[in-house]
Amino acid sequence: MSTQDKVIAIIAEQAVLEPSDVTLDSTLEDLGIDSLGLVESIFAIEEEFDISIPFNANEPEKSDFDISNVAAIVAGIDKLILEKA
Amino acid sequence: MKRVVITGAGTINALGHSVPETLAAMRTGQCGIGELDFRDVERLAIKIGGQVRGFEAEGRFNRQQMSLYDRFTQFTLTAAKEAIEQSGLEFHGELSAKAGVVLGNSGGGMQTLDENYRSVYEDGKNRVHPFVVPKLMNNAAAGHVSMQFNLKGPSFTVSTACASSNHAMAQAFQMVRSGMSPVMVTGGSESMLCFGGVKAWEGLRVMSKDACRPFSANRNGMVQGEGAGIFVFEEYEHAKARGAEILCEVIGFAMSSDAADIVMPSKQGAARAIAGALQDARLDASEVGYINAHGTGTAANDKTECAAVADVFGPHADSLMISSTKSMHGHLIGGTGAVELLACIMALRDGVIAPTIGYEEPDPECALDVVPNEAREARVDVALSNAFAFGGLNAVLALRRV
Repeated sequence: MSTQDKVIAIIAEQAVLEPSDVTLDSTLEDLGIDSLGLVESIFAIEEEFDISIPFNANEPEKSDFDISNVAAIVAGIDKLILEKA
Repeated sequence: MKRVVITGAGTINALGHSVPETLAAMRTGQCGIGELDFRDVERLAIKIGGQVRGFEAEGRFNRQQMSLYDRFTQFTLTAAKEAIEQSGLEFHGELSAKAGVVLGNSGGGMQTLDENYRSVYEDGKNRVHPFVVPKLMNNAAAGHVSMQFNLKGPSFTVSTACASSNHAMAQAFQMVRSGMSPVMVTGGSESMLCFGGVKAWEGLRVMSKDACRPFSANRNGMVQGEGAGIFVFEEYEHAKARGAEILCEVIGFAMSSDAADIVMPSKQGAARAIAGALQDARLDASEVGYINAHGTGTAANDKTECAAVADVFGPHADSLMISSTKSMHGHLIGGTGAVELLACIMALRDGVIAPTIGYEEPDPECALDVVPNEAREARVDVALSNAFAFGGLNAVLALRRV
């Protein structure tokens, strides 16, 4: 599975949706993922890709990690994987 | 109903090893938060906390006691000694039979858990010390206080996360007010500044990496602390008859449950607890001069708490003072309300309002007088202490100057 497919699977599971219902331009809000769901998704992504995502729930907008939609999340993960390599 | 007064106070926390040291630090707006120092701290993303420094258990406690006292119990006994000595009470006969101890605590013996899990999982040992269970249980501290001071009445531990101490003190207050007991020892303690304790909190992603800045627009989370706050709650006539020094009067409390979310706070739940405390104490909102805020420094708590205060107090919200001393001693979780009650006592008794330090930028969603950065002199007749816990469990106490 590609990064994109894995991320969509994680987010779909969190949102209790089918992966086919999650598109690249979906926002977490569109998918009904709240702040707790977001923190859980980030944890699942960190575990899946063995990376550390800089994210503080108190100031999500200041984080280097863009969570504005699924595409941004996938891009952020690809960048973190590259930095790690 | 009986009147209830406080005749003894004790503490140990990141600001000091006694009440006078702690109040002196609050007056000068000192920060007790610094670099954490314990095993494996380098594996944490959060490396700051309000750790108690220079506390040597060796010498204070004998070998047998050391094998039974987790750090939270050590803190509790240290603070209880100061409080009970100040009260001048000795517990014998009928007083001993009726007096008990109700304490708040959330994590129990986290240091003991951490050390022993490490031993069996990481080091692969197959044997632990025989007293692991009596050392780590949440009620260990209450049990040891009862034994040390001969308190044979109702004793137990209340666990409601960040509101544990306020719930505990509310219980003790009720017991004295109802006439069930003339004296109750109460308060709370916590010690989760160990690798496992901080690692668990890290997971929630609500901790700050640099400072606790309640109500400030640039706040970025909470910072953990550790320690204990212990008080002697005494029936007023009992205290007066023996000529005890009265620190302040406890005049009411209320508890509420949000019944909404396990971690996100609710304005309505907080407002119901604050309004309930005013009602229980038969107070008009305008009488309240100071509120010791829950003020965790998270985005969610501070704006919700300010909105709740604005709702309950209306225009008077703009003339009262509200500060968060967590900016100085950190968030003591199950012990936090107890240490914060000291700021209420200082406001009522000494006319000094502890500041919210680390305040850098006004936040329109927290537009109250948060006593930024410097303590203030002001006469206050009535103070409230807020605590709003995970689980949506809230407890607010009301105190009056005597």
